[in-house]
Amino acid sequence: MPSEQFPRVENANEMPITSLAPLSARRLLVLGGIALILIGMLFGDIFAVFVLHQNASRVGASLASAAHAALAGDTALVGASFQDVGSFLENRGTKVDTHVHAIDFGYLALLLAILLPWIAFSEATKQRLAWLFLIGASLLPVGVFLIHYVGLAYSPLPSIGWASIFADLGGLLVLIATLGLLLGLAKFFRSQVPRAVQDVLLLDRSRPGRILLAGGLIMVLVGFLHGAYYAGADLYRHEALDSSIFMDMATGAAANDARVVDRSLEAYGQLQGDKAVKIAAHAHIIEFGLLAMLLAFFQPYVSLRETWKLRWAYILIIGSVLLPVCVLMELRFGLVAGGLADFGGLLVIIALLAMWIGILRYTGQLDARTGDTRIGDTPIGDKR
Amino acid sequence: MSGGRRLLILGGIALALWGMAYGLWYAVFAEHQALNNIGSSLASAFDAAARRNPAAAETAFSNYREAKYIYDRQVDVHGHWIGLALLLIVIGIGFDRIELSQRYKVALALALFAGAVIFPLGVLLQTFNHGPIPRGIAILGSALVIVALGGITLGLLARQTSAD
Repeated sequence: MPSEQFPRVENANEMPITSLAPLSARRLLVLGGIALILIGMLFGDIFAVFVLHQNASRVGASLASAAHAALAGDTALVGASFQDVGSFLENRGTKVDTHVHAIDFGYLALLLAILLPWIAFSEATKQRLAWLFLIGASLLPVGVFLIHYVGLAYSPLPSIGWASIFADLGGLLVLIATLGLLLGLAKFFRSQVPRAVQDVLLLDRSRPGRILLAGGLIMVLVGFLHGAYYAGADLYRHEALDSSIFMDMATGAAANDARVVDRSLEAYGQLQGDKAVKIAAHAHIIEFGLLAMLLAFFQPYVSLRETWKLRWAYILIIGSVLLPVCVLMELRFGLVAGGLADFGGLLVIIALLAMWIGILRYTGQLDARTGDTRIGDTPIGDKR
Repeated sequence: MSGGRRLLILGGIALALWGMAYGLWYAVFAEHQALNNIGSSLASAFDAAARRNPAAAETAFSNYREAKYIYDRQVDVHGHWIGLALLLIVIGIGFDRIELSQRYKVALALALFAGAVIFPLGVLLQTFNHGPIPRGIAILGSALVIVALGGITLGLLARQTSAD
């Protein structure tokens, strides 16, 4: 079927101003959502390069210290070593949670931005809900990040600190905002005669959009197949190994057998590495697939030349495939694969940043159009 | 809006809210306790080993194994419900780009939605019962998701090819 049969929206001139008006709910959610994803990804890359491996080494060293303390019959050192393990794991866990939640809230913001025309509330109500969503979506990752550093200082509760409280509050705000928008959606569908929604974003059939949508869907499918394979072949084996290795370690320590303890420690390190790369590859290919699919819908807002839009779409997909594939190969090829995986992540970040700048350019052009009385002199869709 | 699209978008939003509410409940009422349980049972096991008490170590490891098994699944359930919900909504938004008859599209939407609900549910049920039934529910759910995604991908690629 020739592409001319589809309504094509590739020029910013064709877009109604109201769809992305200044401080409109959609503009807030689109720009805020992509910003959240970018911040989450940058944070993830920095965490992977500067914290993840060092932290894993510290966890391993503390575990070895606990095992050797058990071997020596030193119960006090066992306790102290496990406190260190707990602290390092909390440090790691909160940073992973920060990375994941910032990105996932960004995805949710983009989704809600697409759904806005179906939400039967006034623009002012949608704006308030969008602000509430963005405040909550920023508060939660920041709160989670601070959990490790704030601890229980000045907390009114015995086991939950202020950072945790604010993180939970952020989650609640996101929940309320999403629930509010859902009510608007329900109101739309409950109206006697729902009005037909013609959103320009959904009419777009440009090539970058189609490549991102199909590429993203294939990545998600591959991710699910990999996840199913992991669950069938590795998950239960890993779980059984996890506790049996610990059991060997403790039995070796109780029998005063240093060789068994050291062998178990090595096996535990390998197991953790194997688990981490497989889960990371599964999660990342699905997340990147979803991102590509979401970005496909926003291509009409990316005010760049068509050739550049296409290049950024390809770069995003190449980076999205490179990262999980290289992560999977990290155990076999070590730092080379790790470096390539980080490069893949960087490609995704750069492509996403380029698209974000394209959308920012588009909003600037819209603002100029609304504010400029000499609109006839200034072509809005001028692709400089 | 077609039936399949409506099911995916509304079902996806409901599932996302459910997943978030579950996550919030879990973070406030269960996660800290679960992590404390995992950490303390592991520390107790090594403490028992240091005291040369293998029976106590074994009991503590058994507690660790159970606590870790439950924790991993509860976190996975939260992540998978929300992740699948987002996928449902995104696919729902682009559902009109799929080159299949309405009947097939509704069937694919139903399979995807059912899989997205019951796959994490099966995983959650494993925390109550380690037998084959919850595992079978999880496998059925994931199979539904994969088959539906495969069908949707083929439908989309057929449209893309004809568009090119």
